[in-house]
Amino acid sequence: MVETPRPKTSLLRTFRRPSVIPGFGISFGYTLTCLGLIVLLPLAGLVAKASGLGLSGIWEVATDPRVASALRISFGVSALAALVASAFGFLVAWVLTRYRFPGRKLVDAAVDLPFALPTAVAGIALASLYAPDGLLGAPLARLGIQVAYTPVGIFIAMVFIGLPFAVRTVQPLIAEIDKEIEEASATLGATRLVTLTKVVLPPLIPAVLTGFALAFARGVGEYGSIIFIAGNLPYVSEIAPLLIVIKLSEFDYGGAAAIATIMLGISFLTLLAINLIQAWSRRRFGYV
Amino acid sequence: MNSRTAGRTDGPLDRPSTAIRVENVSKTFDTAAVLHDLSLDVRAGELIGLLGPSGSGKTTLLRIIAGLDAPDRGRILFGDDDATGLAVQERAVGFVFQHYALFKHMSVADNIAYGLNARRRADRPVKAEIKRRVGDLLDLIRLSGFGDRYPSQLSGGQRQRVALARALAVEPRVLLLDEPFGALDAQVRKDLRRWLREIHDRTGQTTIFVTHDQDEALELSDRVAVLDRGRLEQVGTPDEVQEHPASATVMKFLGDSVEVEAIAEGGRVLVRGRETPVVAPAGTIGPVKLYVRPWQLQLAEPESAHLSGTVRSSYRTQGRQRIEVVDAEGRVLAVEDFDGVRYAAGHPVGLRINGGHVFG
Repeated sequence: MVETPRPKTSLLRTFRRPSVIPGFGISFGYTLTCLGLIVLLPLAGLVAKASGLGLSGIWEVATDPRVASALRISFGVSALAALVASAFGFLVAWVLTRYRFPGRKLVDAAVDLPFALPTAVAGIALASLYAPDGLLGAPLARLGIQVAYTPVGIFIAMVFIGLPFAVRTVQPLIAEIDKEIEEASATLGATRLVTLTKVVLPPLIPAVLTGFALAFARGVGEYGSIIFIAGNLPYVSEIAPLLIVIKLSEFDYGGAAAIATIMLGISFLTLLAINLIQAWSRRRFGYV
Repeated sequence: MNSRTAGRTDGPLDRPSTAIRVENVSKTFDTAAVLHDLSLDVRAGELIGLLGPSGSGKTTLLRIIAGLDAPDRGRILFGDDDATGLAVQERAVGFVFQHYALFKHMSVADNIAYGLNARRRADRPVKAEIKRRVGDLLDLIRLSGFGDRYPSQLSGGQRQRVALARALAVEPRVLLLDEPFGALDAQVRKDLRRWLREIHDRTGQTTIFVTHDQDEALELSDRVAVLDRGRLEQVGTPDEVQEHPASATVMKFLGDSVEVEAIAEGGRVLVRGRETPVVAPAGTIGPVKLYVRPWQLQLAEPESAHLSGTVRSSYRTQGRQRIEVVDAEGRVLAVEDFDGVRYAAGHPVGLRINGGHVFG
């Protein structure tokens, strides 16, 4: 018997590279089990429930005008809000890391508050603030701008909850920027603007993208803070998660699962795309 | 052509052309004074080493010349122009950092081209010209074919060469190197040193580099400026500073030396009543300190010796024999280059002083 069971060994080899860190087998198994139980199993259940409707059934739900408009609002406004949160969050992170000013630590701590606040509380606070007779809503109303009970309100709520993600993902990288890199750029004759756009910002792009992806995902999935400020008018300011809750209260479990599955699909594709862009930019910028 | 004299062109104007003049520069960080009223002339085309222990202010001086730090008092002149108020960007200096400071997200070629691409459109060379120049510089740093790599794919020595090419690309008025070989291992350091000297000889680029390594400064420089605690102790060719150190600080910093109690008397220096070949500075009388290098000590019969002690150890290093002798006060005296006789530890010996320096 000289036959070599090669394929088997080589497959094992690829998984078990010699390493000084022990316990690959057990930690890998543990990770897979947890991921499976906590993340994949509920999602699989969701898809299974939705598949009860069949592909044509799901398609029917997706093309329902009310569902389609809710999905458009959810994803469209989330993307816009994530964009603004990224830009604004970048600015906040920049100011917090690059400058020293009294109260810096307090502001830094305040950034995390949207994480900690119950979303309903945030929603009610935003709604009363932006209501036509609210503190900010009243002057805006005089200018003819209505925030509460419109998509603009959804947008503001999403920026609010997305901001911490955008700040916290870029902050450590801004803190790591090497002063000598900027000095080198200056000695080579580059103006501050060129230094900023050519030297300082490009390495931060992957982190900004991560922040964008997180803020976007959070915005798509957000429910509590939005429903209070959105007004929830079908075709105007109704978000997809709310529609799911409505379907559930109507005992249309299949329809709810179908919307959820569609959201899952779009979210997955979007996040995958962002991750691919990120991987590409990392490779390009020579980072690990 | 002897490269060591290339920078010293005492022309018809009866003075060497000065590329950079540091005039009475003082600098204080927080409360600690880093530079005291320091003046230094750098000649066009010379390679000058700023040598000093850490905290001597050498890097601060380099950064002030570059415009990365501003002096509290004093002026920096480029040629005859006052550059004190000029921003870094306007100074046209090439600066090379100890830790390379390459742009990690740019390829080697883009790093080198950076300074040219950063220029205003009117001053920017056309694309083909930039490409040609980058190619030339890659040849110069012997990294042709590495243009598309990223800094993370290069070794430390290669990265520092790229940093040098990047600084040279803008054709700077002066090249400033801050401990350029400090982060590299011994062998790479040596190669790069020799290579930097070659590049300098080929380009004639006025260059100032900072180092705390005496060997590096002495091997590489046309002139060495020795700094200590923010003051310029001495400027001179490597031979001058070694043969005629201006102060005990310079003497001690440039290599091992032994401090010997001596008496100065009419220009002569006596150790334990015996005359030495050392000449005392004019006007120095009474007890003085005599500084002696290991190779200025010689084993001798006790009756003709200036010092005595017992052998502690002897070993060979790079073709030289080095003997450590402990004298009666427990001090260790190093002796070098002796005739090859091996002494056992504990053997009593005498030492004759064949040279040394007394500072007034």
